[in-house]
Amino acid sequence: MDPAEVTVLDEGTPLFLQIAQRLSSDIVEGSLAEGARVPSTNEFAAFYRINPATAAKGINILVDDGVLEKRRGIGMFVVVGARERLIQLRRKEFADQFIDPLLVEARRLGIGNGELIDLIRHAPEWPEPQEHAETQAGEAS
Amino acid sequence: MTPAVVVDHVSRRYRGVTALDDVSVAFEEGSITGLLGRNGAGKSTLMRIITAQEFPSTGTVRVHGRNPVEHDDVLRTMSFVKESQLYPDIKVKRVIEAASWFYPRWSHELATQLIEDFDLPMKRPVKKVSRGMHSAVGIVIGLASRAEITLFDEPYLGLDAVARQIFYDRLLADYAQHPRTILLSTHLIDEVANLLEHVVVIKAGRIVVDEAADELRGRAVTVTGPARAVDEFTVHREVLSRQGIGSIAAATVTGPLDDLAWARAREMNLEIEPVSLQEFVVRTAGQPVDTAVTERISA
Repeated sequence: MDPAEVTVLDEGTPLFLQIAQRLSSDIVEGSLAEGARVPSTNEFAAFYRINPATAAKGINILVDDGVLEKRRGIGMFVVVGARERLIQLRRKEFADQFIDPLLVEARRLGIGNGELIDLIRHAPEWPEPQEHAETQAGEAS
Repeated sequence: MTPAVVVDHVSRRYRGVTALDDVSVAFEEGSITGLLGRNGAGKSTLMRIITAQEFPSTGTVRVHGRNPVEHDDVLRTMSFVKESQLYPDIKVKRVIEAASWFYPRWSHELATQLIEDFDLPMKRPVKKVSRGMHSAVGIVIGLASRAEITLFDEPYLGLDAVARQIFYDRLLADYAQHPRTILLSTHLIDEVANLLEHVVVIKAGRIVVDEAADELRGRAVTVTGPARAVDEFTVHREVLSRQGIGSIAAATVTGPLDDLAWARAREMNLEIEPVSLQEFVVRTAGQPVDTAVTERISA
């Protein structure tokens, strides 16, 4: 992780939500593997320079969602199967978060749905996400 | 949660000038609260009254349920670091030593580390050290005392950005290990915004904001775009400030905006930006200085 990139938290979104989002992104991308130990509340607070109570609130969201689990006396861990669950959740939110704004802007510019589909079809191909995640998980372990 | 400090209907008047006007506020045990506001708003007066260095004209203060005035055991649970701290004419080393005797939970280990971090000139008379070092002495005492209630009133006058970052990092690290109630008054709001769990804003002796820091994020947004669209969008909202240049306007309104409002703003070609805590405070506490404040400054 590039510290300069990760330590920048934006304004507006509650900090604890951003912490939860960062963690779930790391799990989805595979840089935080299933079964791996998650940094402690105090480690998070020191790293992001935020109030420990805020860090704890973010982590607890993922505990409530069953993504992280607390093991008494050892620490916090990523639940096995968490990655698949997070991906399912994000797929559901995909339309709201990305497709709807895309359509609004397209309409504003007079781009019809047919033209939009053409644009997507001609967009450069990305490497297969599955492979990408696996190499990252390999590096992290 | 139980409050560590309860301020109940406290007013403080000096010869016709009201410094605190019926202030009621509670500070939660183990939380970091930012006490924000303009110069002369009453922040320092409130801190002096909590630490029994000054007395309220009316109202009461309770620290862990007890009146701090003339109760030595209550006073020893509080460490108050202030901008204008005066020390007797002794060496820095002696000042820190004296503080270590006063506070029952003093940490020699932390003090030693902080003295090294700030490179304190231990053998110099405290009255001869630079402005920044003077502030650093206060910070060392404030942190190393590990008092149950620690009040920092503009603690870092003359400290550069690096030294301030050391202060924030050490504060956070030690607070995580030894949770305590912290009140931090500062003008450098952007620097401390992420450290705060709670925010209290004082304006002209009155509390105008008393909320969780999380709640305040996204509390206000700035809407920018064609002036007519901005005005149409903000017509039924509380406008904190509005600026215009020609046909373009920017208005700050209290949020948060719901999904419908966001969609409408997009359709109207309006840009929406969140407002930082600092801007929010400037816009809530920084309205034109009213007569009460002007009187106090000239008094």
